[in-house]
Amino acid sequence: MSPTKMIQIITKRELSVYLGSPVAYVFLIAFLLLSGILTFTLGNFFERNEASLGIFFNWMPWLLLFLVPAIGMRLWSEEKRLGTIEFLLTLPITPLQAILGKFLASWIFLIVVILGSFPMVITVNLLGSPDNGVILAGYIGCFFLAGTYLAIVCLASALTKNQVIAFIVSVMVCLLLNLIGFSPITDLLSRWLSPPMIEGIANFSVLSHFDGFQRGILDSRDVIYFVSVITCSLYINNLVIKNTRAG
Amino acid sequence: MIKVENLYKSFQGKTVLHDISFDVQKGEVLGFLGPNGAGKSTTMRIITGFLEPDAGQVSICGQDVAQSPVEAKRYIGYLAESAATYQDMRVQSFLNFAAQIRGLIGVAKSTAIDRVIDLCHLEPVLHQPIENLSKGFRQRVGLAQALVHDPDVLILDEPTDGLDPNQKYEVRGLIARIAQSKAIVFSTHILEEVENVCSRAIVINEGRIVANGTPESFKAQTSSGRLDDFFRNITRSLKEQKTLN
Repeated sequence: MSPTKMIQIITKRELSVYLGSPVAYVFLIAFLLLSGILTFTLGNFFERNEASLGIFFNWMPWLLLFLVPAIGMRLWSEEKRLGTIEFLLTLPITPLQAILGKFLASWIFLIVVILGSFPMVITVNLLGSPDNGVILAGYIGCFFLAGTYLAIVCLASALTKNQVIAFIVSVMVCLLLNLIGFSPITDLLSRWLSPPMIEGIANFSVLSHFDGFQRGILDSRDVIYFVSVITCSLYINNLVIKNTRAG
Repeated sequence: MIKVENLYKSFQGKTVLHDISFDVQKGEVLGFLGPNGAGKSTTMRIITGFLEPDAGQVSICGQDVAQSPVEAKRYIGYLAESAATYQDMRVQSFLNFAAQIRGLIGVAKSTAIDRVIDLCHLEPVLHQPIENLSKGFRQRVGLAQALVHDPDVLILDEPTDGLDPNQKYEVRGLIARIAQSKAIVFSTHILEEVENVCSRAIVINEGRIVANGTPESFKAQTSSGRLDDFFRNITRSLKEQKTLN
């Protein structure tokens, strides 16, 4: 059987776990409620008098920062805690196929949840004439952002049996990737560091690369950044799982 | 069908397996005996490819587990010690997943699932979540997933642990029924099981094989003719040797 088919079977199983558990629906409701509150109330959507989803996308790096670790923290730590990792890794699949299957299932789930905010797109289209191209780019950026956070969570989850530790570690790492590009922090750093150094550090931030998508620009450098972080995290995840086998 | 050669394994500097070698042919049921912590589960985890040995080789039906892990694992059905299965799945979906990942599709898949449901008597719990099942049923679900692809090699780590006497009897009967066409390694610390089910047994103690033969040959080595006396003697003699040294 082809490796793609194996990944597909793992993905299907993981997705069925999400859909069969109340966690998925709690997550969906939490995401829609919070994104709504952040956009319409805290973001002063109506006062701005603009037909765009800029405010919604502005909040996404911060909202997903907590929600993605909540979804992904169980991926490997639960397998380790319950001992099912022994079952999974003695099946005729490679650790990488298991990693990709799990990652894709959670990513698909996150994409579906993010797409659950489509009534906002309808709302802005009813209220005015937004640039739907910018909105589409913003959504694509959100998918990459969620995938990047998720790959980091997968890695953190592979390192521990404890889901709470996996959650905290991944929130910290994702927060760091946000803060190094967050203007109040870069302004603060400018007291001690030269502008090229700050720019160099900020280049590693998810915010710097998400910004282009928010403005409707699909820059290959941004895509390469997100894909690189995902690949790198999943590669280390594979090493960690292989290391588990070495005892 | 199973060839284990000179396995060594240590965890954090402590040697848990020392020069373990044995083989199992088709039609054989090898009982794997030993006190707790002797290295039985570690050996089984290495055979199934879950752990890597520090040195030594394992081959399953001619496939080296280290060189071609995926190919070797296709021949294996494995029931781990804790019979860990996905608790949040229903029995039917879990067996469906186990069959699919072993490459079964279409009619072959449904026939295979029906066969193990029948073999392990899972019909009454088919649509229940695994987490709601009793220990006995969970163990049988674990056994069913290990048998679904009709593997040539079956590795069962304490398959009767935690079962009531009737369930133990059933599992032993099941192993005896399928034994002719497979190579089975089966760990236990219930000596009566070895007498009833196994064609050969290995006693492992402190990571070393201390006896390898038929249950009858073991019994013949004691004055009482009892397997538990042989087991006690052989595991005690190692401790005595240590004290003497």
